[in-house]
Amino acid sequence: MSPSTEIRQFLQQQQTRRLFLGRASQGLGALALGSILQPRILEAASAARTVSGAVAPLHFPAKARRVIWLSMAGGPSHLETFDPKPKLAEMHGKPMPESFTKGKQIAQLQGQKLVCYGPQLPFKRFGKAGVELCELFTQLGSVSDEICWVRSMTSEAINHDPAHMFMNTGSQIAGRPSMGSWVTYGLGSEAENLPGFVVLTSLGRGGQNQPIAARQWAPGMLPSRFQGVHLRGKGDPVMYLGTPPGVTREGQHEVVRTINDLNRQHDAVVDDPEISTRIAQYEMAFQMQSSVPELMDTVSEPASIQSLYGCKPGDGSFASNCLLARRLAERGVRFIQLYHKDWDHHGEVKQGVEFKAAEIDRACMALITDLKQRDMLKDTLIVWAGEFGRTPMSQGGSGRDHHNAGFTIWMCGGGIRPGMIYGATDELGYSAVESPVDVHDIHATLLRQLGIDHTRLSVKFQGLDVRLTGIAGRVIQDII
Amino acid sequence: MNARTLRPLARWVLFAALACGSQVVEAAPVSATAGPVQFNRDIRPILSEHCFSCHGPDVQKMKGGLRLDRREEALKPAKSGKKAILPRDAAGSELVHRLLSDDIEELMPPPEAHKPLKPEQKALLQRWIAEGAEYQGHWAYQPIVRPAVLAGSEGEGGIDRLVRARLETLNLKPAPEADRRTLARRLSLDLTGLPPTPEWVDAFEADSAPGAYERWVDRLMSTPQYGERMANGWLDLVRFADTVGYHSDNPRNIWPYRDYVIRSFNNNKPFDQFTREQLAGDLLPNASMEARVASGFNRLLLTTEEGGAQEKDYESRYLTDRVRAVGTVWMGQTIGCAQCHDHKFDPITARDFYSMGAFFADVKEAIIGRREDGMLVPTEPQARELARWTAEAQRLKERFEGPHPELEGAFGRWRQERLEALRSDSLWTAAAPTSADSTGGATVTIRDDRSVLIGGKSLDTDSTVVRFTSLPERVVGVRVEVLPDKSLPSQGPGRAGNGNFVLTEVVARVVREGAPVREVAFDSVWASHEQTVSADKNPYGKWSAASVIDQDARGTFAGWAILPEAGKPAQLRLRLKEPLSLASGERLEIELQQKHGHGNHTLGCFRIGMATDAAAVVPPTVPLPNADLAERLKVDPAARTPEQSAKLWFEFKSVAPELADLRTQRAAADKARADFEGTLPRTLITERSEKPRTVRVLPRGNWLIETGEIMEPAIPSHFRPTAQAASDRRLNRLDLANWLVSPENPLTARVVVNRYWRQFFGTGLSKVIDDFGAQGEPPRYPELLDWLAAEFRESGWDVKNLVRLMVTSRTYRQSSSAPREFLARDPDNRDLARQGRWRIEAEQVRDSALQVSGLLVPRIGGPSVRPYQPDGYWENLNFPQRGYDASSGGDQYRRGLYTWWQRSYVHPSMLAFDAATREECAAERNRSNIPQQALVLLNDPSYVEAARSFAARILRESSGDDAARLTWAWRQALSRAPQDSEVAALRHLLESQRTAFAKDPEAASKFTRTGKAPTPAGLDPVQWAAWTDVARALLNLHETITRS
Repeated sequence: MSPSTEIRQFLQQQQTRRLFLGRASQGLGALALGSILQPRILEAASAARTVSGAVAPLHFPAKARRVIWLSMAGGPSHLETFDPKPKLAEMHGKPMPESFTKGKQIAQLQGQKLVCYGPQLPFKRFGKAGVELCELFTQLGSVSDEICWVRSMTSEAINHDPAHMFMNTGSQIAGRPSMGSWVTYGLGSEAENLPGFVVLTSLGRGGQNQPIAARQWAPGMLPSRFQGVHLRGKGDPVMYLGTPPGVTREGQHEVVRTINDLNRQHDAVVDDPEISTRIAQYEMAFQMQSSVPELMDTVSEPASIQSLYGCKPGDGSFASNCLLARRLAERGVRFIQLYHKDWDHHGEVKQGVEFKAAEIDRACMALITDLKQRDMLKDTLIVWAGEFGRTPMSQGGSGRDHHNAGFTIWMCGGGIRPGMIYGATDELGYSAVESPVDVHDIHATLLRQLGIDHTRLSVKFQGLDVRLTGIAGRVIQDII
Repeated sequence: MNARTLRPLARWVLFAALACGSQVVEAAPVSATAGPVQFNRDIRPILSEHCFSCHGPDVQKMKGGLRLDRREEALKPAKSGKKAILPRDAAGSELVHRLLSDDIEELMPPPEAHKPLKPEQKALLQRWIAEGAEYQGHWAYQPIVRPAVLAGSEGEGGIDRLVRARLETLNLKPAPEADRRTLARRLSLDLTGLPPTPEWVDAFEADSAPGAYERWVDRLMSTPQYGERMANGWLDLVRFADTVGYHSDNPRNIWPYRDYVIRSFNNNKPFDQFTREQLAGDLLPNASMEARVASGFNRLLLTTEEGGAQEKDYESRYLTDRVRAVGTVWMGQTIGCAQCHDHKFDPITARDFYSMGAFFADVKEAIIGRREDGMLVPTEPQARELARWTAEAQRLKERFEGPHPELEGAFGRWRQERLEALRSDSLWTAAAPTSADSTGGATVTIRDDRSVLIGGKSLDTDSTVVRFTSLPERVVGVRVEVLPDKSLPSQGPGRAGNGNFVLTEVVARVVREGAPVREVAFDSVWASHEQTVSADKNPYGKWSAASVIDQDARGTFAGWAILPEAGKPAQLRLRLKEPLSLASGERLEIELQQKHGHGNHTLGCFRIGMATDAAAVVPPTVPLPNADLAERLKVDPAARTPEQSAKLWFEFKSVAPELADLRTQRAAADKARADFEGTLPRTLITERSEKPRTVRVLPRGNWLIETGEIMEPAIPSHFRPTAQAASDRRLNRLDLANWLVSPENPLTARVVVNRYWRQFFGTGLSKVIDDFGAQGEPPRYPELLDWLAAEFRESGWDVKNLVRLMVTSRTYRQSSSAPREFLARDPDNRDLARQGRWRIEAEQVRDSALQVSGLLVPRIGGPSVRPYQPDGYWENLNFPQRGYDASSGGDQYRRGLYTWWQRSYVHPSMLAFDAATREECAAERNRSNIPQQALVLLNDPSYVEAARSFAARILRESSGDDAARLTWAWRQALSRAPQDSEVAALRHLLESQRTAFAKDPEAASKFTRTGKAPTPAGLDPVQWAAWTDVARALLNLHETITRS
């Protein structure tokens, strides 16, 4: 993907200014120059350790400083989790009224007889607000008053791959930047020696683990430095992080020092601003070789924290990733995205959601609780969302098909109004009928909380002002 | 333009640039404020960016009845009745009033658009109106006219003269020519993608004969590596990859297309032909294999295999993907914007978009699901070998099918035997059982055709008893037909997994209530077929019929079985010792014992028959002909039609023992041919379906709406030649291709030339490579772009000629170093007063390391290869889960171009250096500088292996002291001699690593064993390891991965 003129300009400005500060200032008077430069440029000039943002100053005062996005990959059933539908239980086994389904996209149930399938798990009320949730989510229920439940979510896409793309980039065409890239491009990153956008993945034990492509965290036409870095559970957490066999840290340091020394010597001859960036990147890479393993090492967490999350260090579970998410948040990482797979319950939805609840219920509660006790929940925005929901109709007698006309997500922290329910689906849980929300709206709201006007975060690409929210998006004022 | 008046201005611009960072890069054309305003250069970019989204080509979105992209519209009164533009009366023009208004209700552009105009832009618009508000057609849509070129001095070509003319107006001087070593490296990287060897650099430097430079250029362009280098960019552009892209991202056969691209550049295929072959190779008269491979272009897009994907959805995705591809690759137009609405900036309507898509409605493909295997693409030797196998198979076929007069007699006998078999068969009657059961407890069903089907419990041992109360008089024979049935494993007739059974004994008796049982004896038995395989433990030496009436004299293990003839009927005929008749009250019981005892070898389906004519009780020596054959056999030879005769002979030949050898040979030849064919490469190509898919305009791009107008293929209306508008035949892809490279189309030549300019100078003449529309950038050197475009087209689309023009120009040969104020003023080298400098592309980074280390295997083409990759990188792929086996042998050391391109997980080393994922057509790559690049070069085993191999080269190929070896190594990697301080830095590293590894030789050995490359004998691991770190440092240098 080619960089737009505008981004190139942004980067060149940084570079050019750095060049001036570093060298050209002799001829022009460093003071005069300094006065026209914003502080972030000075930071950029010092090192590439942290990345400054394109939106400065912010368009609004920021309520949130970072995002933790919990992607429930496969498409969780809202009907067995967070959207109670007694009427659907009554209609169980009866034909789905055509008035609900006419003109709507249908995935695997195309051309089949559509039969109502009642909720397979009981619901109960939680918290002061008395939100009705599936009773398996007792831990999450215990913090339900912190959460805003959006029960009127919709998506344009109905197959996994395009739906993930749409949820992440606001477009079903491959090659657009992921929201994590947008956010780090807009705000920069405060993380020293860590990437600004980090991705973690975990598997479920039900075996319905849909593929996830790396394009879901790709920077699209934004510069590569804004790409999401996948921290892996196995092998090097960041690819090529480990030194070669037989090479010690001191030995590696010696090599890096020599490279930087030689690059500096060359820079003195050719005067190329790319070289100082290169030197900074080698320093950062070398630092990452210790900062990332330190980050991943959760053994140092006290026993109370380990038991709060219910995970063991290095078990690769969703709970472990939630704990890592908190550690990343503490270190200034801007956008942290967790994928937890195995939500694709075409069959055995009851058992599937039981498995999932066991895997995520405590972990989600722990993340909220832990951030809150560190006073970080107020400026950390958590979003829990699948790429779509599931049909109120049965598939194969025990499962549910993909469904994009109405489903539930939840948000928490970062200035989102706690303990409320927003929007509703119809009485059978098919379509969002009250305050429907689309993906662009969520993006617009997320950016708003971060202090960004979504209509003003754009880059030029192929002649267009490309935005995360396309030409749509509306901030959901009622939940902020 | 007057150079003298410009000079102080240029200074001002420079100063302004220094004082305000953002203007440095925007550096508006200096001439904008001098001389008359030019619409294309000065005004169109402002209108397009700030006004067209509401007052441009998208009439649906037009506000206030005002359209500014066409003069005649812009001069009309708007809805308000006011005229936006009154030529030569800026003050009276509503547009100016609105620009300058303090009233935010009136102000244009409206504040909520977040597109405010700068004061100097407002001033320009006023000047433009004051000067008459003249419009120009959009630059990229104007016919290409070869501009006049100034007279030049010796050695100055068209490029140089046009550049010089502009530099003079800017009062700039070109940079001096770069030194020979720099040029050697620049040329080698630009033209072959590989760094030059030191020997090459020396020879180039030493060659001072006239025309030497040009000769070296030609030499580089005639190496096969030139085609690889040129292919690289094209493969990004057309989104070439080894996998389908969506969801499961499974492999597909397509690499021969990549080799086609390489070959085309090496053979200097004219670009118009290159275009026609890719878009419409299948439609060319007598399409060659080459052209059909090229037509794989239309299959390069992303496709899906995801369950639940809807055809209409993906039909629409594929259409839009293909239209975007043509837009990017040939037209430099963002046609994709018109998928949902008329283009906001350019004259392309939604109808244009879908009529363009209709060109591809005839591409035969599965919308959802696996791609087909594609066309066979053998190499010459493979094709010869395949032809040999085919000829052999054909020869045997002809020999077999030809007349065989020598077999007339055998044929007659064969017919006779079968007629007799039919006759004896007709003497048998199926008897109706009154009851039947299984002693083992299986389910027994008697069916209407009197057969008995066994099901239910699987048994190793069973006996089936069948009872008859009514028989003909004087029965002389009993028959057991075993029959195949769908319900049985392998279709039966037995219940063993392979369809077999073992019938161990047949016992018959007459039973009458209250009377002793009367045994019925058999004296002979024959079977239609007896199994001889797996009979080594059978006392009969085969699974013979005889063992069913031996009263188990040789045990219950042996019996009658039929492999390998399972799945077909077979029969057993038993002759009674005495004729049998039943008296009243008597019944006949036939017990079929199956006491083999292993693997469910029991009967699945059978039927009992009786015969009263001794002529029936004869060996069933030949298989019973089916009804069709029976019919033909009965025809009198004299009365046979030729067709009947041929069919009979065919049947005969397929079983005649006289032809057994020939049949075996034939089967072997057919199999050998098929096996060989299975090893040959295949590639997806375009095939035309007779019935093109219906293409409709999709309102707002929504595929659920199926009421849009049906579109036929057509060139976008703005560009449509009048001749084509009148055509009454449905246009096809070849028409599209022909138009793209026709003189009427002003875009293709400019777009292509501009892309190559970027390859050799770092930035396009128009910077926005993929958008030549209003939102793109008018070229900085319009005459140069047009001159090159004209040259390209008039040379017969000669790509090598174009490249040669560029790289032999003085403009190309300039030094890339420049005083820092030059760099600051013109960071993208738009003025061309020097050369550019940039980090080389992902593939070149890899190729350089391989070349310097001596590991590179320069083989051209073939299946994609797999460099080492971190374990688990593909763990998030599914359907199926996939492992990754790194290539071994030479394939591990192939150029980056051949790397397996897994779209959803492109090789991480490639990705770190901005390789394209090839999901969308990409005209240019980022040139980022990120920490992951350091991690790759420092730690990726491919680079560590390259370093240790490079170190081995240093130790074995260089000589002298450390300093001499370091100098040698430096020249290998960087094509120049090092400075003393550079040698000193490396020597310091060498010594410290030597000391460290000497303390831990184990670590040294581990380090130098990285990778699969063979380890040369006789190297001291400590030395080698220390030098490996030196080699790593060299391969990591910024200069090593920079082209300057």
